Amino acid sequence: MNRFAELLDRLGYEPGRNNKLRLLTAYLRDTPDPDRGYALAALTGALSFKHAKPGLIRDLIMDRTDPVLFGLSYDYVGDLSETVALMWPKAPLPGHNNPPPPTLSEVVTTLRTLGKTELPKQLARWLDELDETGRWALLKLVTGAMRIGISARLAKTAVAALGDKDPHDIELIWPGLAPPYPDLFAWLEGRGDKPVNSDPAPFRPVMLAHAIEDTDFSNLDPADFIAEWKWDGIRVQAVSGRDERGQMQARLYSRTGEDITKSFPDLVPSLHLSGAIDGELLVLREGRVQTFNVLQQRLNRKVVSPKLIKEFPIHLRAYDLLGEDENDLRELPFAERRAHLEKFIKKLDDPRIDLSPTVAFDSWDALMAARADPASAGAGEDAEAVEGVMLKRREAPYLPGRPKGQWWKWKRDPHIIDAVLMYAQRGHGKRSSYYSDYTFGVWTSGEGGEQLVPVGKAYFGFTDEELLQIDRFVRRNTTEKFGPVRHVVHEPEQGLVLEVAFEGLARSSRHKSGVAMRFPRISRLRWDKPPREADRLETLERMLKDVTAN
Amino acid sequence: MRPQDILMPVPAGLCCKPGGFHIDPVRPVERAVITHGHSDHARPGHGAVLATQETLDMMRLRYGDNFARTTQAIRYGEEMRLGDVRIKFHPAGHVLGSAQIAVSCKDTCIVASGDYKDAEDPTCTPFEVVPCDVFITEATFGLPVFRHGDAADEVKKLLASVALFPERAHLVGAYSLGKAQRVIALLREAGHDAPIYLHGAMEKITYYYESRGIALGELRPVKGVKKADLAGTITLAPPSATSDVWTRRFPDPVTAFASGWMRVRGRARQRGIELPLVISDHADWDGLTATIAATGAGEVWVTHGQEDALVHWCKSRGLAARPLDLVGYGDEEEHESAAADEAEV
Ligand SMILES: [Zn+2]
Ligand SMILES: [Zn+2]
Repeated sequence: MNRFAELLDRLGYEPGRNNKLRLLTAYLRDTPDPDRGYALAALTGALSFKHAKPGLIRDLIMDRTDPVLFGLSYDYVGDLSETVALMWPKAPLPGHNNPPPPTLSEVVTTLRTLGKTELPKQLARWLDELDETGRWALLKLVTGAMRIGISARLAKTAVAALGDKDPHDIELIWPGLAPPYPDLFAWLEGRGDKPVNSDPAPFRPVMLAHAIEDTDFSNLDPADFIAEWKWDGIRVQAVSGRDERGQMQARLYSRTGEDITKSFPDLVPSLHLSGAIDGELLVLREGRVQTFNVLQQRLNRKVVSPKLIKEFPIHLRAYDLLGEDENDLRELPFAERRAHLEKFIKKLDDPRIDLSPTVAFDSWDALMAARADPASAGAGEDAEAVEGVMLKRREAPYLPGRPKGQWWKWKRDPHIIDAVLMYAQRGHGKRSSYYSDYTFGVWTSGEGGEQLVPVGKAYFGFTDEELLQIDRFVRRNTTEKFGPVRHVVHEPEQGLVLEVAFEGLARSSRHKSGVAMRFPRISRLRWDKPPREADRLETLERMLKDVTAN
Repeated sequence: MRPQDILMPVPAGLCCKPGGFHIDPVRPVERAVITHGHSDHARPGHGAVLATQETLDMMRLRYGDNFARTTQAIRYGEEMRLGDVRIKFHPAGHVLGSAQIAVSCKDTCIVASGDYKDAEDPTCTPFEVVPCDVFITEATFGLPVFRHGDAADEVKKLLASVALFPERAHLVGAYSLGKAQRVIALLREAGHDAPIYLHGAMEKITYYYESRGIALGELRPVKGVKKADLAGTITLAPPSATSDVWTRRFPDPVTAFASGWMRVRGRARQRGIELPLVISDHADWDGLTATIAATGAGEVWVTHGQEDALVHWCKSRGLAARPLDLVGYGDEEEHESAAADEAEV
């Protein structure tokens, strides 16, 4: 467990993809079975056991430490698991016969069968035996909060490197494998045959687009590309196929390959033809695409009630076909796959699944005009759900990952306003011990004259250097403290103006200002601007009108 | 005599009226007694300075020959009369030449420990527990989450990374006085005998350590070395330099940082560190509490750092304790970066 913890810890700090791969491959090579198999399962999200609640962890530490010291420590560190891992008292273990720290396999297999009442005692025993990093990883694992910044795809690529295999081969057999993957490692190390995948509806690793820059256009010929709308929904892969008994199996995968079928039972009956569709999940009401805000209310629900299904009818808008019956179409050029797709959707003939239309254009200027005004370029009433255009090379095969020069996304310009920093809160986790969560507001006339009304919260967009500057500003200009929240001076002549960029705007009754921003981020610090020159609520309301008028 | 009649915090620092001197004054004073050479404790412009030979030498290296009107060196264990008090220097284990200063008047003894650590360090004399009535302790790492572990293990981590990434350079951010030399010495103890490279700002002080008989192996200035030749090497640099354009001279550098702050992940991430090394020249929580208990002091004054937690701990043990409101001191590493205002909280 300590060795796995060390790997997690190091991965969390390492930004480079290739370096992450090296760390992963080195770990997988040096760690014996079954530990490395369970590690691979943990990294690919393939482990399942009941997670411990944070309250349980809190109780454990409260029994062992002074509550005042715990409070001060938690406030400083900002993350419960890390605080507990760091301050867990050294166990006064008698003699030299201390038990060895648990292995990862021991932890995983024990957690699978452990009764709820035995969990606290078992956890405490492990925490006594592990070192700081081991305790941290254990707590992240048992609370289900292990975020390590690597994708399942990267972990599989690292495994492939063990046996000099193509990561793609791992993806193909992956659905048929189970932790701790002894047959996979045996094959990779030349000790066994290639495992076979018997999954009738497997996931195919997705192809991703690059964000296009102004300078890219000069090197690209419009004639080589097909354009589509970029929908503001959820990218999914809908796969159907017949199992050994001839039963049709349908699955919906997220872009990372997570099986999300259970959340969308209403779409399953529509997937009645054997094939693999790449498309966008949207909510449609009376044939009209709803905004992302609406779709969001359908996501991440524990229970998918009939009411939810009725109020948020799910829809799949298809833009690519990766396979049909037994045939893998991914090697074909996009233009040909598109032709297959059009036929497939026609044959499917289902109201829940339609074709994402192409956008006609003969020059980049024409496409720019379409992107600026999707409503009059074919998107019609759905224009509000368009976040830009996608450019796909006619000749491009479907390549996993983000291959250069094949697909581009060209987003609509983000909106920008100048707002005033009003409140700041310490970041939890990554930004702990810094004031990194900011509530900002714009001016409006109220009963007492001009006042600031909060319009959003931003957690990112700034550089580390800027974070230090804001953090210092917050500490020096606090007017009041409410628990973790600091009120920061925000007067017409005194305060900090933040340039905030955001992707979209919607009416909201939950916000005092009546508007809600999508994806706001700090794009610049305007030390040069006095708060009185910041934007007004009317500006946002005008933007809102512009959006709906489109 | 009450302890606060012997030593009292004033804006210039800790003032000893009956002895006619200040300890680690932050403003120019007539007579200064200085615990160690870090710039927040040892400042220029005083009349007379009393300190260990090493501390005086470091001040001279940093500020030039005229950093004080007169200087006087004192050895560990040496006692001296100043006005109505007696003072005695004891090793603090923080950096080369660092001292705790015991101030006695009649039968009351106060120990101003400056910065200290009770962990092993091959580059300085080990910390010594000095029994006293009042113990003045720092609290840089005064929270129970700061447990620093064995520095040798952290150095092993660094060497493992060098072995895994032989084509990359490893850049270790370390405060140039004390931490850098300790890291080098630990690398040598771990069997790393390749040349170690130095950022220009580290050279003078590191060669000074060598001149005091501390063996650091082969050292080379990094300036002028070809990029490709730095693959697989270790370079020590001031923490601020590791996030600078200066790093572009290294092949795909791994940025490490040797500091007690690295115990907290958020801190390390914040600074863009890829390889945090928990190596501290300050006592950790267990060190602080064990030392306080070992001095037998009935009263504890707590200064720079996380005073609240340590004061609370002392009180829960039945000790009289209070924070000393001294300004102008910080953790030296944080001094070099912008995050020094933690002290405001
Ligand atoms: Zn110091
Ligand atoms: Zn200090």
